[in-house]
Amino acid sequence: MIDRRPFVQKILKDRKDNLRVVSGIGTSTWDLMSAGDNKGNFGFIGAMGQSIPFALGLAKAQPDMRVLLFTGDGDTLMSLGSIATIANHPVSNLTIVVLDNESYVETGSQPTATAGKTDLELIAKGSGISNSYTVRNEDDYSKIMNTVYEEEGPSLIVIKCQAKATPLIFPHSFDGSVSMNRFKETMKI
Amino acid sequence: MTELIKDWRNDIYAVFKDLGITMVSHVPDAGHTPLINLCEKDNEIDVVTLTTEQDGVGLSCGAYAGGRKSALLMQSSGVGNCINALALPNICRIPFLTLVSMRGEWGEFVPWQVPMGLGTPKVLEAMDIKVFRADYEEEVGSTVDAAAKFAFNTNRSAAVLLSQKMIGAKQFKNG
Repeated sequence: MIDRRPFVQKILKDRKDNLRVVSGIGTSTWDLMSAGDNKGNFGFIGAMGQSIPFALGLAKAQPDMRVLLFTGDGDTLMSLGSIATIANHPVSNLTIVVLDNESYVETGSQPTATAGKTDLELIAKGSGISNSYTVRNEDDYSKIMNTVYEEEGPSLIVIKCQAKATPLIFPHSFDGSVSMNRFKETMKI
Repeated sequence: MTELIKDWRNDIYAVFKDLGITMVSHVPDAGHTPLINLCEKDNEIDVVTLTTEQDGVGLSCGAYAGGRKSALLMQSSGVGNCINALALPNICRIPFLTLVSMRGEWGEFVPWQVPMGLGTPKVLEAMDIKVFRADYEEEVGSTVDAAAKFAFNTNRSAAVLLSQKMIGAKQFKNG
């Protein structure tokens, strides 16, 4: 089991200029912000289930950039159909990283379906995203970095994480319009 | 079925081209089919078939972040699926445009279509969506143009309800 926050920070260390990072509702956004403020980040604080289709729209609109989505198992389970949509409208520049702690940690650590019988890697593969794999320890760091920056996507990586509450690290603004305008400006490079 | 193919879909397509809408997502409805076909034949427009309408909200918003304009096509039954997702364009001031083909309001055969048909304008307005409506073929182009400009010029959400009176009620025969 991986300690998610330092691992997210490690993935984003020395990030390249062509990377745009989106995070899904909840702990994923606090994890992303813990890696340091960056105008190329956009973190969801609501609209559960929407980060995956959002990342697809962004990746389609910016084919020369690499798009990385960090999201949780809860957010992903709410939008399983969007994985089928991505598989059938593929984008080569999109990597989805599911930080799978098998629980709704922010609401009291109720177990999600992945704590039971559900396997998101198999769902991705069955949906048609062939480049899907599960990571259980940090030895796979280089493989992940290759997927994020080099491999032809779409890709979905399930990172099995410890289920523990972590400090909330807030984004630059809670005002979505501020976050969006700031993020959008970085597309003009 | 050919008698149902009216010019108003061409008018919507012309607005898409005029305003630079290059991504169109949908859960299909027969009323939108001629428009979907026009968009699929156009190499400048990406057509994305969704599994649920709410994903079209996120898709449109991500496309906007990346600098592209889009529209979501759906039947009135899909509007209810989008409610919480509509918080995203609202709070982020993202222009969002949807065109809704109405069921359950004019000569409807299927009772199951009535609840969401009745609820559609109320649900959209409850989520602060500016609701436009086209009842006649002649007003479709100007109405979609006005709704799209409202959305893209003021960074807000707009919906055009395309009435069942204009689309024509689907009739079912048993056996």
